[in-house]
Amino acid sequence: MALLSFIARRLLQLIPTLAFILVVIFVLVRLLPGDPASAILGDRARDADVVRINAELGLDQPLPVQFLVFVKNIATGDFGNSIHLKVSVASLIADRLPVTLMLTIMAALIALVLSVPLAFVAATRRGRLADNAIRGSFQVGLSMPVFYVGLILLTVFGAQLHWFPVGGFGNGFFDQLYHLFLPALTLALSLAAILMRNLRAAIIGVVDAEYVDFARAKGLRSRVIMTRHVLRNALISTINLFGLQVGTLLGGAVITETVFAIPGAGRLMIESIYGRDYPVVQGLTLALAVVVSLTFLLTDILQAWLDPRVAQ
Amino acid sequence: MSAVTDTAFEPALSVKDLTTVFETPGGPVTAVDAVSFDVMPGEVLGLVGESGSGKSVTLRSLMRLVHAPGKVAGTVLWQGRDLLSMRERELRRVRGGKIAIIFQEPTTALNPVLTVRVQIEENLRAHTSLDGRQRRARAIELLDLVGIPAAERRLGDFPHQFSGGMKQRVMIAIALASNPRLLLADEPTTALDVTIQDQILKLILDLRDEFSMSVVFVTHDLGVVAQTCDRMAVMYAGRIVESGSVTEVFSEPHHPYTRGLLGSVPRGGAERTLLTSIEGTPPSLAAIPAGCAFHPRCDFAVERCIERRPALEAIAPGRMVACFRQADVAAEAAAT
Ligand SMILES: Nc1ncnc2c1ncn2[C@@H]1O[C@H](COP(=O)(O)OP(=O)(O)OP(=O)(O)O)[C@@H](O)[C@H]1O
Ligand code: SF4
Ligand SMILES: [Mg+2]
Repeated sequence: MALLSFIARRLLQLIPTLAFILVVIFVLVRLLPGDPASAILGDRARDADVVRINAELGLDQPLPVQFLVFVKNIATGDFGNSIHLKVSVASLIADRLPVTLMLTIMAALIALVLSVPLAFVAATRRGRLADNAIRGSFQVGLSMPVFYVGLILLTVFGAQLHWFPVGGFGNGFFDQLYHLFLPALTLALSLAAILMRNLRAAIIGVVDAEYVDFARAKGLRSRVIMTRHVLRNALISTINLFGLQVGTLLGGAVITETVFAIPGAGRLMIESIYGRDYPVVQGLTLALAVVVSLTFLLTDILQAWLDPRVAQ
Repeated sequence: MSAVTDTAFEPALSVKDLTTVFETPGGPVTAVDAVSFDVMPGEVLGLVGESGSGKSVTLRSLMRLVHAPGKVAGTVLWQGRDLLSMRERELRRVRGGKIAIIFQEPTTALNPVLTVRVQIEENLRAHTSLDGRQRRARAIELLDLVGIPAAERRLGDFPHQFSGGMKQRVMIAIALASNPRLLLADEPTTALDVTIQDQILKLILDLRDEFSMSVVFVTHDLGVVAQTCDRMAVMYAGRIVESGSVTEVFSEPHHPYTRGLLGSVPRGGAERTLLTSIEGTPPSLAAIPAGCAFHPRCDFAVERCIERRPALEAIAPGRMVACFRQADVAAEAAAT
């Protein structure tokens, strides 16, 4: 009830957010160095050709008109065509974005699986050996750049031990999961460190709460106390942080895809920026922005579900 | 009704030398100092004393709810077994099932993210064999019992949807859920208005009569003590300084501190009265005066009070006092 109306309200908020994203992308793409015509024709293009291409792309129109056309096209699912790859941007996104999504979702799951139990152990053995060991190793993980971690994992588990492939994407769902494991782990480590630190502090803040004492006074099993009373409350702030970190995670995916030669949206983005393939940059940015907004939506809902006070 | 304090009965709870020390940066602080008392089946024991005298810490210590940097020593015998040394698994059966506690602060004692229903039913699940439907029925019954209107509809509500007084009632409902044999109630009626307060007190006394539940009742309200308690113990700076039947303590206090507390209570004690503030402030636990901790505020203090600490001694059956001049205090009280 309260939760449903919260979700409805939150969905409505998505409209202005998306409108804002459209404006920002429209402006940003036009601020990119270099113009599409010279990207297509090369630097020594004749002026007449540039004029012709600009007209074809609608770039000779006044900006407000260009914006309306831009919105209309997006609304109808038409993101234009890639300048270099000669295919529709929509089909490129449909091809590459799922790879990146799979990578980030896997990384997020690995980060959660690593951080939640370890945060728990660290918090309940506060100041003791286990706590220090966990925090120390995560600190190291946090201070190493993503590409460096990726290279180490690649060298050890790929090239030396041959446990995992050294790159590429594979065929079929499970083969793909297998190929994505090392990249996802690479991507997950720093997120896991951030989540661990936050959750550990949150758990420490909650275990001494009066309501946890009251739960103990009821004679509940410590497993029930720890999950229902402690973890659930502690996770509220961590979920929030998790949502905020998704953007960073997508950014990290760009690097990881490059290191591991994965044909995902991140790599496509880099190539398109270098190639000034502005329809692709524009479409991809939009798609990624939508993914991030949806993740915010999802974590907000999750948070409202965990904490009834949020939905009020 | 105080016939239940017959000494032929074994005490339900027997506390001996309960001592709770907190390690603080400024050195160890003794919040509860060698506290001993018995509670008989069906008896209501009032625990009174100024703010900071250690009443809440005493109740928490009994239930092993004090956490680091606090350390609890002594023995707490419940049906002949020591709660302080028993295994976690056995303690779990006692907590919430046999002994229940009502915390002082209703706003922080309820979990903000769980419905009232979950918080009541988890107690029932731990201590009764009721099935899901029976648990729900019992939860409604309990909310009804503590006077929450439209109990059935409020079952799915979260704590923030209740007022302070309502939260206190929810907490009482949770404590009473599994028919405990002993209720530790830490100022359970402070957030309630007078009518509801009377209703809750009556409920507790009814349960006492029906199931011969024992109660340790912490309160600032001497009127409530006079109205509901059989015996009382007065705490000062972590120690019990006087104890006895309510009638005896009210009519003839032997400790100057008790006398001060009772100062404003009209004879008969039926009026609702808060503790009078005694001149001076209670000592900081970090700097408890040597000798009798009360001496800086005591009109009766003599040389000896500064040098030695008076032990809690029996002056009559069931009557204990820790004061060198208790006889003079009582004599003066009788004279006025
Ligand atoms: N965790 C702790 N660490 C250090 N000192 C503590 C801790 N908990 C309680 N104390 C101290 O123990 C003393 C007794 O506190 P307690 O809460 O039992 O008083 P009280 O008699 O219940 O007072 P009130 O009437 O205000 O509820 C206080 O001086 C308090 O500062
Ligand atoms: S022992 Fe001395 S200081 Fe303490 S209460 Fe008695 S008379 Fe007062
Ligand atoms: Mg208290």
